[in-house]
Amino acid sequence: MIVDIEKLSVDYAGIKALEDVSFGIAEGDFLGIIGPNGAGKSTLFRCMLGLHTQYDGTIKFFDQDIRDSKRYLSQIGFVPQKPVVDRNFPATIREIVSMSQNSNDSKKVEEALQKVWMHEMADRRIGDLSVGQQQRVFIAKALVNSPKILVLDEPVTGIDVYNKDLFFQILGELNAREKISIIWSSHDLDAVERLANKVACLNKTLFFHGISEEFFSDDEMLKKYSETSMQMHMHHH
Amino acid sequence: MTFESVTYESIPHALISGIAISLVCSAVGLFLVLRRFSLFGDALAHSAFGGVAFGLFIGIYPLWIACSVAILSALGLTKIRQKFDISSDAIVAILLATGLGAGIILVSLTDDLDIHDIEEFLFGSVIVDTQNIVTILAMSGIILAILFFTYKKLLYSTFSEEQAKASGIPVDKMGYLLIAIAGVTVIISMQLVGVLLISALFVLPNVSSMLYGRSFKQTMILSMCFAVSATVSGIFISYQFDIAQSGCVVLVAAAIFIGSLIVKSSGLVKTAGIVAKARRN
Repeated sequence: MIVDIEKLSVDYAGIKALEDVSFGIAEGDFLGIIGPNGAGKSTLFRCMLGLHTQYDGTIKFFDQDIRDSKRYLSQIGFVPQKPVVDRNFPATIREIVSMSQNSNDSKKVEEALQKVWMHEMADRRIGDLSVGQQQRVFIAKALVNSPKILVLDEPVTGIDVYNKDLFFQILGELNAREKISIIWSSHDLDAVERLANKVACLNKTLFFHGISEEFFSDDEMLKKYSETSMQMHMHHH
Repeated sequence: MTFESVTYESIPHALISGIAISLVCSAVGLFLVLRRFSLFGDALAHSAFGGVAFGLFIGIYPLWIACSVAILSALGLTKIRQKFDISSDAIVAILLATGLGAGIILVSLTDDLDIHDIEEFLFGSVIVDTQNIVTILAMSGIILAILFFTYKKLLYSTFSEEQAKASGIPVDKMGYLLIAIAGVTVIISMQLVGVLLISALFVLPNVSSMLYGRSFKQTMILSMCFAVSATVSGIFISYQFDIAQSGCVVLVAAAIFIGSLIVKSSGLVKTAGIVAKARRN
């Protein structure tokens, strides 16, 4: 197992954000995490990335508890939700990718940019790109240290269809060719069905974790998911 | 009130120290401007003024006391900001007002005070003391070296705190390092432009260079060139017309900014962004 999460519970000022969540991610997994808004997907990621440390339970990366050392972070590539990039931030794509690099190897930067088809634009300012292009740059940034696993938090929200398809194609190639495990949260059930080989369905508790086909062929499960989503939607409005 | 202008004999000293200060201020200032902390230099300088007044009050050479006071109060307030989620601009206002308030009280309590000492720190003076110049050069060298070796981490945590943290960058420590560096920079620059004008050297060259620089490195180099030009021209204008050096330096920096805006809006110089857009269309 690359990631092993056991009995993870988080509460914010007495309100449960996650309760007793346990699952693992094996090498080569392409795990889609689905769940309505407020289901705890981002909280789960924040805990996994060491950004939120007030939780019960254990999270292990490569068999080591993440509370013991932050070294595991160098093996993870993180792509955030729709990036908020200051249009005037004076940095080129190449500089953005290399600033997260552990070494000074410029070849790795070029390789990472080639994998997301952004190498020809490497000298443009990051603020001049569309959101979709910026997200591809953030994948390159995540890839520059040759990670074992990519963590993507609803990465295609607000991205046009063309860039979304391109984004998914890149993820598929990284998983298939480079054997990089991927954990990705999304609202887009069609995309998850198309790409992910495993699914975790989260709504504060984990009510499904397993093979993608099993989830999508189970009408009961899909009905339960849409009911919960609807309830959460009504609750939010 | 006496304002110092540059004399013929003091030109070499003023130039050497001025160039070193310009390089450091523009480099440190770029990170502050990008973090939307443009007035932080001002706030540090004002709290340093409290330290200067304290030094004069107890009769000790005030600059290093000022440095400690500025850095410690800035670090303390940053901790408070993180813990109680207070906005950055409010912290700047607190630091600025408290430092100045404490300074005024201490000045009023100090007997046989030479008002010229206070004016020097408030409005800047011509640096002629060789030991001072050696200190400025040494501190500038150390600060530039620290920035050179940590700039990637500083840039990453400036660009996105969350992403940098998720990559294992010690974002909080980087923030403290920047505050400490900014504190020392303020102290060495205070002598050139004074407490009241210090943020000009941090902000003006950087805002001007950001209009043109495509990459971070390009922006920093351009900013250093603008800052050095402003200081050197300011020193010569001060000598030529026998007017206050600090004001000259700041006004030349402001003139460079206005000139940059005019050149940019007239389209005489194509910036990276415009070229990129043209290529895409």
